Amino acid sequence: MFAVFAAALRRELRLAARHKGDWLLPPLFYLIVVTLFALGGKPNDPQLSAFAPAVLWVGVLLSALLNLDRLFRADFDDGTLEQCFLGAQGAMPVVYAKLIGHWLLGGLPLSLIAAPLALQLDVPATVLPTLLAGLLLGTPMLSLIGGFAAALTVGLPRAAVLLPVLVLPLIGPVVIFGAGAARAAAAGLSAAGPLYLLASLLVAGLCLLPLAATVALRNSFD
Amino acid sequence: MWTWFHRLASPPTFYRLADRYSPWLAVLSLLLIGYGLVGGLWLAPPDYQQGDAFRIIYVHVPAAWLSLSGYVAMAAAAAVAIIWRIKLAECVVVAIAPVGASFTALALITGMLWGKPMWGKYWVWDARLTSELVLLFLYLGVLGLNRAFEDPRAGARACGLLALVGVVNVPIVHYSVEWWNSLHQGSTVSRIGKPAIAASMLWPLLSMTFGCMAFFGWAVLRRVQNDVLLRERRSTWVAALLGERKAAGHV
Repeated sequence: MFAVFAAALRRELRLAARHKGDWLLPPLFYLIVVTLFALGGKPNDPQLSAFAPAVLWVGVLLSALLNLDRLFRADFDDGTLEQCFLGAQGAMPVVYAKLIGHWLLGGLPLSLIAAPLALQLDVPATVLPTLLAGLLLGTPMLSLIGGFAAALTVGLPRAAVLLPVLVLPLIGPVVIFGAGAARAAAAGLSAAGPLYLLASLLVAGLCLLPLAATVALRNSFD
Repeated sequence: MWTWFHRLASPPTFYRLADRYSPWLAVLSLLLIGYGLVGGLWLAPPDYQQGDAFRIIYVHVPAAWLSLSGYVAMAAAAAVAIIWRIKLAECVVVAIAPVGASFTALALITGMLWGKPMWGKYWVWDARLTSELVLLFLYLGVLGLNRAFEDPRAGARACGLLALVGVVNVPIVHYSVEWWNSLHQGSTVSRIGKPAIAASMLWPLLSMTFGCMAFFGWAVLRRVQNDVLLRERRSTWVAALLGERKAAGHV
């Protein structure tokens, strides 16, 4: 089972190495969104740092949504995915590999680029470790929920419009705890509580959501 | 028990049963809502603090209760539809979504109307308001997803999966927002033993609640009936039914 998972993950990474635009463009989009946010306010507004956690988090969510509808699409269209369901191990290891691959190529670079963006928004350097820890715990959750929604809509012609409406309400708690941890750290309080809650959400999501995504994919074959 | 369950789950039997009992639900809901409105809006005394503005609870509280329990009911129907692959349960999932979304919107709108005189603002970022708003988004997500599918069965099952994931999320959203911020007044009715509300105010509220539940059930039954007819329009029992109706002069 692990061999199937590792092979599927290697395949994801190799495909990404050949289509560099797929994972280089979302960080660029993130950069532009945050810049436009700063342009929308007064120049050098001291209030900007108060809103920085919210801006950084929403920016990450929007950027990670960009390549979501292509997560299962190509493999669904050419029949690869259906073959995965027929294998002895079932499709579960492949689904796990796809979701983790989506995070490695989407959530991880976006979280890392959030650090320089945070400095640009005047976030104190002491808050950076908490912000980064929150993003690293929260963005996998986005890949999991987003992967489930992508699996639900994989056969549909207008999936790209529908996906954000399905994903964003479900991601609310992650934003509250993630941005809340950064705000707590900025206020000089302990951010351990929200970070633990984020971690527990991630554990629950990692157990349940790939299963839901597999059932949703099977539904689209019937 | 199981044979009864299977018979109920077969579309023709369900259709006939629903046809026979749903008018009674309609009458019941009209009576209860009628008494609740008269009792709540005229007979109950004004609140000592909130004056007449409190009367909005006669619409707001039943709508808010039904919005949540409707979502749970939708998720339960979804579980039945996905585990046992019962067609009727799929119809129920799709039928509950618009009714539940309407009650959620009603709860939000009445809450905003009440908030203006009481809190001085139509909207505050309070825990219950925010989770109700997220609930509306979840309902609308189900509606949008269902509309995007061409095959009704695949669409209903996808909606069911979304409803199941959503129902796990609802308590998480509720407690996360509560931890974030809370301003909404505490519950006045659910305290067991001695409710913090006078009997002359309580009876119309309970009547409204049960009346709205009956209305909810009636609306959902009728929607399921329509959906069943549409899905089974090529089957013999629908043709037989329509023939019967034509003979009796209904169509």
